[in-house]
Amino acid sequence: MKEKNGFVREVAEKKYQYGFTTDVHTEVIEKGLSEDVVRLISQKKGEPDWLLEFRLKAFRYWQTMEPPTWGHLKMPDIDYQDISYYANPTAGKLGKSGTSDEIDPELMKTFDKLGIPLEERLALSGTAVDAVMDSVSVKTTFREKLKEKGIIFCSISEAVKEHPELVREYLGSVVPYRDNFFAALNSAVFSDGSFVYIPKGVRCPMELSTYFRINARGTGQFERTLIVCDDDAYVSYLEGCTAPMRDENQLHAAIVEIVVKENAEVKYSTVQNWYPGDSEGKGGVLNLVTKRGHLRGRNSRLSWTQVETGSAITWKYPSCVLSGDGSQAEFYSVAVTNNYQQADTGTKMIHIGKNTKSTIISKGISAGKSQNAYRGLVKVAKTADNARNYSSCDSLLLGSKCGAHTFPYMDVHNDTAVVEHEATTSKISEDQLFYCNQRGINTEEAVSLIVNGYAKEVINKLPMEFAVEAQKLLGVSLEGSVG
Amino acid sequence: MAEDTRQYTEFYAQVEKSVRERSCEVMNAPRNEALQTFSALGFPTRKVERYKYTDVAEDFAPDYGIALTPLEVKDLPYCYRISESPVDVTSYYNSLADRQDAVVALNTLLSVDALVIYVPRNTKVEHPIQISNILKGEHDTMVNRRILVIMEECAEADIVITDKAVDQTHFLTNQVVEVFAGDGSHLNMYEVEETHLLCTRYSSVFVRQGRDSQVRHTSLTLFNGRTRNRLDVSLQGQGSEVILNGCVIADKTQHVDNNTLIDHQVPHCQSNELYKYVLDDSSVGAFAGRILVREGAQKTVSNETNANLCATSSARMYTQPMLEIYADDVKCSHGSTVGQMNDDALFYMRQRGISEQEARLLLKSAFIIEVIETIPLEALRDRLHMLVDKRLRGELSKCEGCKLCK
Repeated sequence: MKEKNGFVREVAEKKYQYGFTTDVHTEVIEKGLSEDVVRLISQKKGEPDWLLEFRLKAFRYWQTMEPPTWGHLKMPDIDYQDISYYANPTAGKLGKSGTSDEIDPELMKTFDKLGIPLEERLALSGTAVDAVMDSVSVKTTFREKLKEKGIIFCSISEAVKEHPELVREYLGSVVPYRDNFFAALNSAVFSDGSFVYIPKGVRCPMELSTYFRINARGTGQFERTLIVCDDDAYVSYLEGCTAPMRDENQLHAAIVEIVVKENAEVKYSTVQNWYPGDSEGKGGVLNLVTKRGHLRGRNSRLSWTQVETGSAITWKYPSCVLSGDGSQAEFYSVAVTNNYQQADTGTKMIHIGKNTKSTIISKGISAGKSQNAYRGLVKVAKTADNARNYSSCDSLLLGSKCGAHTFPYMDVHNDTAVVEHEATTSKISEDQLFYCNQRGINTEEAVSLIVNGYAKEVINKLPMEFAVEAQKLLGVSLEGSVG
Repeated sequence: MAEDTRQYTEFYAQVEKSVRERSCEVMNAPRNEALQTFSALGFPTRKVERYKYTDVAEDFAPDYGIALTPLEVKDLPYCYRISESPVDVTSYYNSLADRQDAVVALNTLLSVDALVIYVPRNTKVEHPIQISNILKGEHDTMVNRRILVIMEECAEADIVITDKAVDQTHFLTNQVVEVFAGDGSHLNMYEVEETHLLCTRYSSVFVRQGRDSQVRHTSLTLFNGRTRNRLDVSLQGQGSEVILNGCVIADKTQHVDNNTLIDHQVPHCQSNELYKYVLDDSSVGAFAGRILVREGAQKTVSNETNANLCATSSARMYTQPMLEIYADDVKCSHGSTVGQMNDDALFYMRQRGISEQEARLLLKSAFIIEVIETIPLEALRDRLHMLVDKRLRGELSKCEGCKLCK
């Protein structure tokens, strides 16, 4: 037992390696939220009137709403007036726009340190990156090369200027601003994120990726990502995120919208590694996001893969609305919580079209004093003949002070639907550990081996580069957590 | 919300005196508190998680005549009116029921009498105790029923509670059962509902288990109108075991909502839950089973299964099996399915000259029988086989062999 606690301490004290801050001149607007702030953000970004109108509508609606309390989370009271809603780290030396080719070397260094190349190196040509720090997109790489194929990959602020017709058509069409409290807030004050448009019949030749970084103190990040995949197109999109170690909670309230048309396929992978707070549960990012994909076309496919290791609080339900006949959706998730982290995550699969199919594989791992909950909804509408769902949610408990919970909801309104759900919760079996020990593998390695095997099903779904990172992350978070 | 509760509070104001006179001290004591809770909370809306699938206010809205008749208990072994109970029930009555539940509070407020089933220590009750609730009345009637089951150490008993309705009028039953299973006791409890479409039943059963006790609760909804069963089990003694089984056969516009909670408070306890639904026509089924394993409740083993068969496109099923676990050395699992009949099996039977109708019936019956087969009481099991068969053939309109129905 003693030894066991030793391991836990070791992990708890393990440093969050992305916790440094970058010293760049950042333009931060005054704290507080009002119509004027919404107007100011819109003005700073030079937005057209229709978008300002959209923001104001969302803001007015948000004011009438109450924050949700149904999550299995102990949420600190968030003072929405004590957050700055816009921080621009590129403002210092460049003056007007952050899209200039010359990037503050400090920023370059930061992203280099995070392992995100902002230069288009040949060796790394497999991935195009949009790097977002605080409220501004710093740089998007490989834009020219993608343009040749007609693919649009840029920050959403640029998209508003350059492709207003596309943004206007799709923005808010999957997650309307009335959707929930945080969606309304995001719609009012969203700053940057990525915009992706894949034209008909194009297979995106490289992985697209966005890297989010919170740097400035006392700010919140309100990411907005919009992906539109036209008929017969394909794209694989990755998202990563980190934040510095601060003893205050920082808010990250994002919206990701995905539109998938006929025969198109989108793969969306996230490795979420926001600062989780220290071992006492102080600080950390509050990750409150709304992600949803709309499978509009026939035989469209969407797959969400997420590896959640960071954040003090995760409140996230990447969902799929399967309205195209024959559409297929998948959700693969590994959520790891340690110390005082809390996660309430899962998915919603809404079957509307005929012959639609969804798969949910969720693996929760809780250690320390953390709480890890899966919450999911599978809804089969009356029109969804022959809908098929399979859900499996497993939880692994490493430590006697943590909690693992499963809250699946299934609403079936169609007699031809087949919906299955199964869940198990257990600790690592002593037989398995004994088996490893017997073969000369020490307990610590055995635990990591078993955890990795347990998460494999999900990690295998990640693109190569990410899979390696995710595996390492799992190692850092859990190696030797218990024996 | 106040509007919904007013008819009940006003009625109580009118009859308070006679209610108190007809009743006894132990039941009168919590009435004021219940009145306050009931008026303050109002009926739970669908935003209250445990009432998500049933609209309580709507069920309680009609103008019912409220029955305030005391019980008549004659020569029934181990059964007593609360005022004649051989044990002091003060420490039992209303101690286990959820006092923050408006439906329970309404029962506490309006019940005039309660049935006490008391089994002294080391006593084995040879024959099952059967309680038949027969709903009879020319006018729409609401009945508040209260039962206390007190099992002392190592007591053993089988209790069968049946609900039947004789007259074709609207009935609303609001039942609260509190079960105290002492250390080492064994209790098998069955609830069989065969009423009709005009009946609404609210049942709240609360069970507390002591060390090494074993409770098996089987709930069978064979015919009903609208039913909402709440079943809370709290395992407070090490080594205790609980088995909750249930089956539902619903068609037409029937509505059945089972909401269970198994609270593992101490280590080395086991729970098993199996609920099966067959839904036809425009019936609605809901199942929410929550298993809570508290911190320190190590070595818990818990299994929960909910399987549902939707036979028509207008039938709806909501299922929500939940695990909430705060201890690490546990083995918990739940599974839940919603599906339809196996085409291969249907084809197999039709190939062998069994009509489609008959084949479907066989499949439904086989599906439900898994629950019936777990019943250890042979006589009841046989009868239920017969009832399920008749029910699926649509022949179950009157209770078989009952004098009142003729």
